[in-house]
Amino acid sequence: MITVDGLSKYYGEHAAIKALSFTITSGEVVGFLGLNGAGKTTTLKVLGCVLLPTSGRVIVDGFDVTRDPHEIRKRIGYLPDTPPVYDEMSVGEYLAFVARLRGVADANVANFVADAEKKTAITDKHDDVISSLSHGYRQRVGLAQALVHKPKLLILDEPTGGLDPVQIVEMREVIKGLKGEHTVLVSSHILGEISQVCDRYLVIQGGELIAQGTETELSAKLGSGGPIEIDCIGAAGPVIELLKKVDGVNDITLVKLDGQNLSLHVDAKNDVRPQLVKALVQADIAVLRVDRAAHRLENIFLKLTHGKDA
Amino acid sequence: MNTVLLIARRELGAYLRTMSGYIIIAVLLFLDGLAFNAFAVAGTAKKSSEVLGDPLGFFFWTSGIGMAVAIFLSMRLIAEERQTGTLQLLYSSPVHDREIVLGKYLASLGFLCIFLFATGYMPLLVAIYGKVSLGHVLSGYLGLVLVGSASIAIGIFGSALTKSQVVAAISSGVMSVALTMCWILAKVVDRPFTDVITGLAWYGHFDPFAHGLVHLKHVVYFGLVTFVALFAATRVLEARRWR
Repeated sequence: MITVDGLSKYYGEHAAIKALSFTITSGEVVGFLGLNGAGKTTTLKVLGCVLLPTSGRVIVDGFDVTRDPHEIRKRIGYLPDTPPVYDEMSVGEYLAFVARLRGVADANVANFVADAEKKTAITDKHDDVISSLSHGYRQRVGLAQALVHKPKLLILDEPTGGLDPVQIVEMREVIKGLKGEHTVLVSSHILGEISQVCDRYLVIQGGELIAQGTETELSAKLGSGGPIEIDCIGAAGPVIELLKKVDGVNDITLVKLDGQNLSLHVDAKNDVRPQLVKALVQADIAVLRVDRAAHRLENIFLKLTHGKDA
Repeated sequence: MNTVLLIARRELGAYLRTMSGYIIIAVLLFLDGLAFNAFAVAGTAKKSSEVLGDPLGFFFWTSGIGMAVAIFLSMRLIAEERQTGTLQLLYSSPVHDREIVLGKYLASLGFLCIFLFATGYMPLLVAIYGKVSLGHVLSGYLGLVLVGSASIAIGIFGSALTKSQVVAAISSGVMSVALTMCWILAKVVDRPFTDVITGLAWYGHFDPFAHGLVHLKHVVYFGLVTFVALFAATRVLEARRWR
């Protein structure tokens, strides 16, 4: 669906993207991760034919962004970081305008608009003027405009930006619902917001691709290092002594103590989570949570971008 | 063409639904009425054609105020889209840059025509109390539409250059006034520049319309200014994709 080969984009002397190369196949939902200023938005703007590249090749659905941008624009839906909505229009009018702009035949406009409103759960806002909507609904209207013409590829730049936790969950569900029907490229700098949505991740830093793969693949590339986190109920001293006796454990750090509630970080060479749990259970200590920090996407991301654990 | 009309319809809708367009028209219509009362019909008894076509007559004042309306209407056209991010919607849609510019131009011209229509009561008053040729009035209004068209095109060019509507209004105002007033410059330079600069000055091209005369060369002049400014605005939009 997308082939990017040696893509570079300069703003004057400053290189926003340097020789970026990756591919995305049809039907994938790919997370595009990077800190602010990493080059995510610039890359997505090039893919969305908003900006032209300084050098390199970008092929979307068989068409080149510099030679056939018009053909690409017919096949994509692009949601910028700020939803591109006209405040004075009603939601229905706006979506009908966008549908016509993107070549939907007049006879189909009403159906396409209704479908987009249904997918983004804004059917009840059809007649509302956009200026009267909350930020969350404006974001949904922005998403609805990206998919109203049923594009093959959806490019979503920080679709969860500025939303409250409930709205983030709702937006995530909406994006999940798009899986299968569209190829989706979704960017974010907050990993938790898209970690449950994507099949695969591209990690970008300083305009360069520093890693790509599934969560498991990224974790494997970084090795198994990283502390094991344990939350349990018991007396701190005996619990730490007990865990130190488990084979492979190097060190234990008490991170938080709240009455009998303990949070511990166990430094171990191998993944000794089963042995730790077994030791605790046999000692009749209630285990609330066991997790490997290195396996969490936030930690992978921090390791990749800063070379340290969360 | 469908895309141009689609963009024009949305833009015209934006003028009609927000207060800014009405406020601009109301204020400038009031000023036009004041100027008509203070200069065009004031003083000693005049012929009807003088009230309309004299250097301080109705068409003279309305062309200047029409130019101001055109600049205020067009200052937001692209600058606001860049400021609010909606230009990315147009950029990422299968729309040519020339279609964006042309759609916005047509919408502004349509709204300007509402203003010009609203000024019609003044020549009507002259017709009631005097004798006015319909041809003179139509010729004058053709001149006003052409001046407005060129001013809007320059306004769109100014709006394409910046995110700030104020800067857009100032820069397009300077360009329009420079074109209007460059006949003054013609007086202080030698030939052949005198002829070139006089030819560029749009007052000289508007004056015949105000006197009821329609010459093709003057229509072509305003058409050319409009074309060049719209072309320049299109090139600015295209260039932004490379930045």
